[in-house]
Amino acid sequence: MSTTALSAQETPRTSSAPARRTKPVRVRTHAPLTPWLLMAPALLSAIVFVLFPFLNTVVLSFTDARPLVGGSFNGLQNYRDLLADPMFWIALRNCLIYVVGAVPPLVILPLLLAMLVRKSVPGIGAIRTAIYTPVIASVVVTGLIWTWILDSRGLVNSMAQWLGVISAPIPFLTDEFLLLFSSILVTVWQGLGYYMVVYLAVLANVPRSLHEAAMMDGAGPVRRFFTVTLPAMRSTMLLIGVISSLAAFRVFSEIFVLSGGTGGPGGRSSSLVMLIREAGTGLSGRLGYSSAVSIVLFLLTLALMVVNLRLTYRKES
Amino acid sequence: MSLPRTHGSGARRARHVLLSDGETATRRELVVRYLLLLVVILISIGPFLWQLATSLKSIGEDLYSMPPSFWPEEFTLSAYSQVTEVIPVWSYVGNSVFVAVCNVSLSLIGCALAGYALARLEFRGKLLGIGVFVATLLIPQESSMIALTQLVNGMGLGNTLVAVFLPTMMSAISVLLMWNAFLALPKEVDEAAIVDGANTWQRFLRLGLPSVKGTLAVVALLAFMGSWNDFLWPLLILSDPDKYTLTVGLNYLQGTFADNPRVVAAGTIIAVAPLVVLFLALQRVFFRGVAEGGVKE
Repeated sequence: MSTTALSAQETPRTSSAPARRTKPVRVRTHAPLTPWLLMAPALLSAIVFVLFPFLNTVVLSFTDARPLVGGSFNGLQNYRDLLADPMFWIALRNCLIYVVGAVPPLVILPLLLAMLVRKSVPGIGAIRTAIYTPVIASVVVTGLIWTWILDSRGLVNSMAQWLGVISAPIPFLTDEFLLLFSSILVTVWQGLGYYMVVYLAVLANVPRSLHEAAMMDGAGPVRRFFTVTLPAMRSTMLLIGVISSLAAFRVFSEIFVLSGGTGGPGGRSSSLVMLIREAGTGLSGRLGYSSAVSIVLFLLTLALMVVNLRLTYRKES
Repeated sequence: MSLPRTHGSGARRARHVLLSDGETATRRELVVRYLLLLVVILISIGPFLWQLATSLKSIGEDLYSMPPSFWPEEFTLSAYSQVTEVIPVWSYVGNSVFVAVCNVSLSLIGCALAGYALARLEFRGKLLGIGVFVATLLIPQESSMIALTQLVNGMGLGNTLVAVFLPTMMSAISVLLMWNAFLALPKEVDEAAIVDGANTWQRFLRLGLPSVKGTLAVVALLAFMGSWNDFLWPLLILSDPDKYTLTVGLNYLQGTFADNPRVVAAGTIIAVAPLVVLFLALQRVFFRGVAEGGVKE
């Protein structure tokens, strides 16, 4: 196991002579435990802080555990409670709204942006950096910035009122659906630069000769976009679609910050993660119920990954 | 944009501008491009500038004037001194830096060691190890966080900064990135070193690490940004306002100072400015790293 074959350089021989290989020398490359010692920090951390808590979540979801109290098994009661809980359905609906609202712009807009900044026109480095700036800020920071812009007396509302477009302020942060819309806006705004860089890296690999050939055939820029660029980008678009939908299902900070921690009027703009936190924290936290919602979230993301694998392999074959 | 790009006659060529990557563009195309870019830049950094302008406005200035005015009537830093008086912003910055530094160093060490073992050593049970890392990729952090909170509290780490970085330092993605990077080193190099009597540790330090500097930088950046911007986990685990990291502290600031946008704006600028400066200093390394290691197809 812990040896490797070292074969000496073969000397050139005439074709008539039998090709005799030098016998490989077995050399000890490392002690048997070395690989496990090297893996230990990462492996232990993965097991203790990810796999174990997850298995514990599965177990807890079948109990009525509360903090400091062990709790006993109650079968599927948490899942029955969950199906009967209107807040669960609202949170699920909000996550789906988030996916439908955030994913298409996050797949399409960064691609257009990448096409725009691809050419090395003078000053493009500084321009790319400027577009990337929102990515490096934390969601709390950008959330607070947009809270001030979208406030009932903030920039957007007072500008629109001054221009006479609206007579009363639009309740961006206090209406159930507008709050979701505003959060989606922050997510998309912040994701533009990130996915733009991903597209740029892939665009650089599209051979220029393809574009030149299409140009020779008289294809204009729009035509070339649809016949050359889009097909070359398809797998990347699919990847970004999956990554951004996984993130959309797990949304928390945007809605939390824009709603000031409340989850909107009556908590009706909450996401699944907000529900998990809400139910599972505090001294009276319903750990079992919260764990059941966690498992639903896990299954949703898992299903999404399976669908993605299916799609990828079908397209390749 | 729609002008045909012919390269034939000299008269036409005069209207083309040669770009540094060897491509050409017409003047009109360039003008349209720059106009669009201007709009995009305004959308990207405009909100930051608006926040900066708000933070510099004096207490006497009407923030809700119609039409909204961008330039402060008189520039003042009073909002900044106010925010540092009200909440311990600098200690929040210190907490965030401490958490990020621990997170980055532990992540670099753990992921590099594991990636090296997976890529350069043959051993029984390697598939099992890979399986563990891939399995963690399938589990969203959020779906085990309540049980993790219980675990961390049970370990006596509740409400400590150690609890903020310890469970989040390992990232399976980074292990896989390091694994991929170490694979690129030719096998002959290792074999030669073995013949020369170098042990695993020496090979890791002298041959392995120097050849994966780019990926180490990417792993460090991923860990730093993840840690610096993390909000949900520290929000769950920290209950004592003295121990807040910057993100949780800002949220706390918004809760207590919602009536004075200048102070909240000053807090967000303090939070984002160091990151912007760091990013501007490292942007060359960063974009190269992203292009090389981060998103290989």
